[in-house]
Amino acid sequence: MTALLTYCTNLFNNYEEVVAVILFSIGFCILLFSRNLIKKVVGLDIMDTGVFLLLASRGYIEGRSVPIIVDGVTSMENYINPIPAGLVLTGIVVSVSVSALMLSLTVRIYRTYRTLDVDALYMMMSVSKGGKR
Amino acid sequence: MSFVQNFPFFSIILSLLCAVISFFLGARWAKRLTLFLLTSSIVLQSCILSFCFRNHISYAYMMGHYSAPWGNEIAAGILEPLFALLFAVVMLCSVLGGMHRMEQDVFPGKQNFYWIMVDLAHVSLMALCYTNDIFTGYVFIEICTIASCALLSIRESGRSLLAAVRYMIFALVGSGLFLIGVIFTYSVTGQLLFPQLYEAIGKLWAAGTYRFSMTVAIGLMVVGLAIKSGMFPFHFWMPDTYGRATPASSGILSGVVSKGYIFLLIKIIYRVIGIDIFTASGVQTLLLLFGIAGMIVGSVSAIFAKRLTTMVAFSSVAQIGYIYMGLGMGTQAALVAVFFQIFSHALTKPMLFLSAFQLSHASGGRQDFHSLHGAGHRHPVAGCTFTVGALSMVGIPIFAGFIPKLYFATSAFGLGWKTWPVLAALAISTILNVMYFLYTTILIWIPEEEGTHAHIRVKPQAGTVFPAVLLAGFNLLVGLQSAGLTTLFTQGMDLFCQ
Repeated sequence: MTALLTYCTNLFNNYEEVVAVILFSIGFCILLFSRNLIKKVVGLDIMDTGVFLLLASRGYIEGRSVPIIVDGVTSMENYINPIPAGLVLTGIVVSVSVSALMLSLTVRIYRTYRTLDVDALYMMMSVSKGGKR
Repeated sequence: MSFVQNFPFFSIILSLLCAVISFFLGARWAKRLTLFLLTSSIVLQSCILSFCFRNHISYAYMMGHYSAPWGNEIAAGILEPLFALLFAVVMLCSVLGGMHRMEQDVFPGKQNFYWIMVDLAHVSLMALCYTNDIFTGYVFIEICTIASCALLSIRESGRSLLAAVRYMIFALVGSGLFLIGVIFTYSVTGQLLFPQLYEAIGKLWAAGTYRFSMTVAIGLMVVGLAIKSGMFPFHFWMPDTYGRATPASSGILSGVVSKGYIFLLIKIIYRVIGIDIFTASGVQTLLLLFGIAGMIVGSVSAIFAKRLTTMVAFSSVAQIGYIYMGLGMGTQAALVAVFFQIFSHALTKPMLFLSAFQLSHASGGRQDFHSLHGAGHRHPVAGCTFTVGALSMVGIPIFAGFIPKLYFATSAFGLGWKTWPVLAALAISTILNVMYFLYTTILIWIPEEEGTHAHIRVKPQAGTVFPAVLLAGFNLLVGLQSAGLTTLFTQGMDLFCQ
């Protein structure tokens, strides 16, 4: 009983990580199991959000402020760790470009096949299968 | 500091510059710029390689004004420029060989984008070879994914679009998992640069703390890169990706892009995690088992493939399986075999794709085995290069493919229970390779008496066949003169694993 209580308290104290894991799982499932291509892109973005939340929460230290030097205070003890924030920014840029590429592919697929349903697309593929290139 | 030591940075920044400039140029000038870039990259890598080899040094190069724990670094020894050189040579041969066909496959107004993507693929491969920072590794993995997806989807056909979407989804799951692995590692160590990570992970493991977290992180990073390079259970994107792209892209994607990820993985295993911890974590054994499974399943799927390029693509699954089997064996001798396998596959696969497309061109554009009957007589040069590639893949002596098989077999002894599975897998996989590669080779050389394509005679164009012939020459060179490469690999490993 006490072990369970400690476990729950730990989960509650690390709520950022818990939310990150939930977001990641939601995104992962949508990316892999949704049949609609647009939903897959949305799932991908949710998955990335989960990862970025996990990364950003690594750098946050309670009671400290943003690492911008104000009033000449340069002591490291006053600021949070800026590196994860930098990594998240880079990650967001990567994620935006990847989503843009996926969406542009989706547009071209819709123009060619008039559907966004993955199963229907693969069905058309297997119908047109043959020796032709 | 010698001027040559700046060259890794130059080769990265030069390709970025070329990519940006190509955006404002027409297709013709963008093409010239890319060819200039790849040629100069070959020269730059050769200079670094000869500098590091003569002085027997490896060095870290500070990027920007911040020193080690905060700043970014690139590192070069013998192995890094050697593989960068291989990638640049194979990319140049692939684009030269597939250029003519690419101009038919890609809409004229979009051709300069093709060259931009080749530049970007080049920059990401150079960065994956030289980077000494794990997060930079992640960023360039993503750039490489974007560039290769664009190289694949730029062909004006519905199938290649679907192949691109499938490739993209697998690749994104892979890079997502890799990123989580990096975050876990950063959480427990607080470091991002390879040497500092190596030290921190070593200390953590010795102290016995965070072992579970580290094992999970190692597993995630390895699985992420394994998905992207097409290890066995995650290989479903491969046949369509390699089989449906324009030949130049097929060559680049199968020959070098997957090898770039594998080289990063080797760097992570040996320079971040450390081989002892990697062995202790148990991930190594999994790599061995999945590698062996890939060798068998890839070859069996290739036997049942109905198109020539699909068959060649499935054989990649088997060849990547060899690499992962070697990484799973975990000894230095096996690592030499892995390097040879990377070399032989990178030199052979683009050649096979280029000649396969030329053979199908000589058969009225069809790829089924019935139409390919006697294609070697219709296009003799492509027939010859395909034969060289097929013999190399099977592992006939004097061709490059023989060397890694020999080294895998000799390094399998003394590995305990791993010896027999490795030897058995090598034997079975070789027999399966013979079944489909020799069958195809014999098929293309049996003359067709009467048929739809019997009258076709393709006049080989020098520009199209020369790159494949050049790759065949390299293949024979590696097969006949492997002693020099062995010296480079062993000396490189001393610098790499220190």
